[in-house]
Amino acid sequence: MLKWYEKNANNNDVVISSRVRLARNLETYHFPSKLTKEIASRIVHEVEDIVLKASSSHYFERMDMEALSPLDKVAMVERHVVSPNFVQSSIPTGLILSEDESLSIMINEEDHLRIQSISNGFNLEEALQNANHIDDLLEEKITYAYDERMGYLTACPTNVGTGLRASYMIHVPALETTGKLQFILEAIGKFGLTVRGIYGEGSQGRGSVFQISNQVTLGHSEEEIIENLTSVTNQIVEQERSLRKKLLSEKRMQFEDAVYRSYGALTYARILSSNEAMTLLSDMKLGYELGILNFEHTEPINIYGLMTCIQPANLQKEMKRELKIEERDMARATFIRQNLPKIKT
Amino acid sequence: MLCERCQQEPATVFLNQTIDGKKKEIHLCNKCAMEVKDLYQEKDISIENFLSSLLDMNHKKVAPHMEQQKKSHVLQCKQCGMTYNEFRQKGKFGCHRCYSTFGNLLSPVIKRVHGSNLHTGKIPNRTGEKLLTQKQIRDLESKLKQAVKKEEYEAAAGYRDAIRALKKEGGLC
Repeated sequence: MLKWYEKNANNNDVVISSRVRLARNLETYHFPSKLTKEIASRIVHEVEDIVLKASSSHYFERMDMEALSPLDKVAMVERHVVSPNFVQSSIPTGLILSEDESLSIMINEEDHLRIQSISNGFNLEEALQNANHIDDLLEEKITYAYDERMGYLTACPTNVGTGLRASYMIHVPALETTGKLQFILEAIGKFGLTVRGIYGEGSQGRGSVFQISNQVTLGHSEEEIIENLTSVTNQIVEQERSLRKKLLSEKRMQFEDAVYRSYGALTYARILSSNEAMTLLSDMKLGYELGILNFEHTEPINIYGLMTCIQPANLQKEMKRELKIEERDMARATFIRQNLPKIKT
Repeated sequence: MLCERCQQEPATVFLNQTIDGKKKEIHLCNKCAMEVKDLYQEKDISIENFLSSLLDMNHKKVAPHMEQQKKSHVLQCKQCGMTYNEFRQKGKFGCHRCYSTFGNLLSPVIKRVHGSNLHTGKIPNRTGEKLLTQKQIRDLESKLKQAVKKEEYEAAAGYRDAIRALKKEGGLC
């Protein structure tokens, strides 16, 4: 089965994916930071049992977190299946995953449950619907920590209320190179939103990929939060698209030159760091979407999928062995050469 | 070249400073550079730090007297043992009871962070119904008390029956 990021979506020239995360806690137990290992482990089993017994159980798989290698765990962080916090936990954790990795339930992250749903492209409604479905399924058997005034009670008061963090992953090379992104970032806080790099808090926006998400979780309904985020993101998408057009009409030759150079480097380079590869792939994505690069493939090309595969841990998994940094950069160049779609000449 | 700050050691670090739009290069020795770095380096702005500074600001407003402040500093959650100071440091609660334990201190901070302190989103299906019934019962009980106080016994009996019916319906008795 294809993973969600290996499938192609139509409307994803700027918005790569939509993600929803619901934070939930069980009423009966202390929050994870105050749990003993025994109780933490009990919660993991309890939740696993409920999910796996539920109607669509065949759809989910239980991952044995203790049996996973550190490399496997980092690879999952790179694919956004789990959070960096989760794999560093000092108490027993559990993970329930759908086959295509679009749905996951982290057990004993900062909260007892973090239900996550990812959809391809511009599709937050679908992501919310899927997360809500799992939430309802669990709630039939679990009594959540919930207060009628404060809503869902979470370990950190910044998540209280809906417990909802909704985000869009966006690719905005035109806004970034023209320096306009800076203005947007400053304005966005006024809407209760925040922008982070591709790998969350503190990470850089590599390959011009950023995540935009809500900060406010209390006082608005889930639908209102998503509507607000969507309308602001729509503005960003429009600005990015019009800037791309402008760049193309005013500086076509320079633009084509840059895109072809990046494609050339991807085709012939023998050593590629992940940062450099991300930048080159970002150029290629832009060139493809603007019709400068035409590929032999008739099917849509999924460049974000390639961006995921060349991250350090996923690359090593692809190669089926651990690699030193220099080896990695060589393996990355080889991998890209072998998987790069050919252009029509 | 000697260090501009201590004028003793040779300058090995060149630091660019921009003050009021004017760029200035200063030459420092290793030791002075480390000290200057500590001075200028901004503290890590994490959500925990942000919360605890908001809490401190609010705390002085809610409990202006030292005595009161001391009292809330020893405030401790009966369920998980979380103290106010521990919460200030971690920015995370230990259990759901913490919300009522530290509610008074926290409420204005939550309002500042979210712009509201009332949840208007999803209500859990199963437990939500129970919550609703409980709320109705609580409302009726306070009406019953009022009615008894005013010696309106007929109305009180009505409330009593309604409470009984709700409790039976919700399986609460």
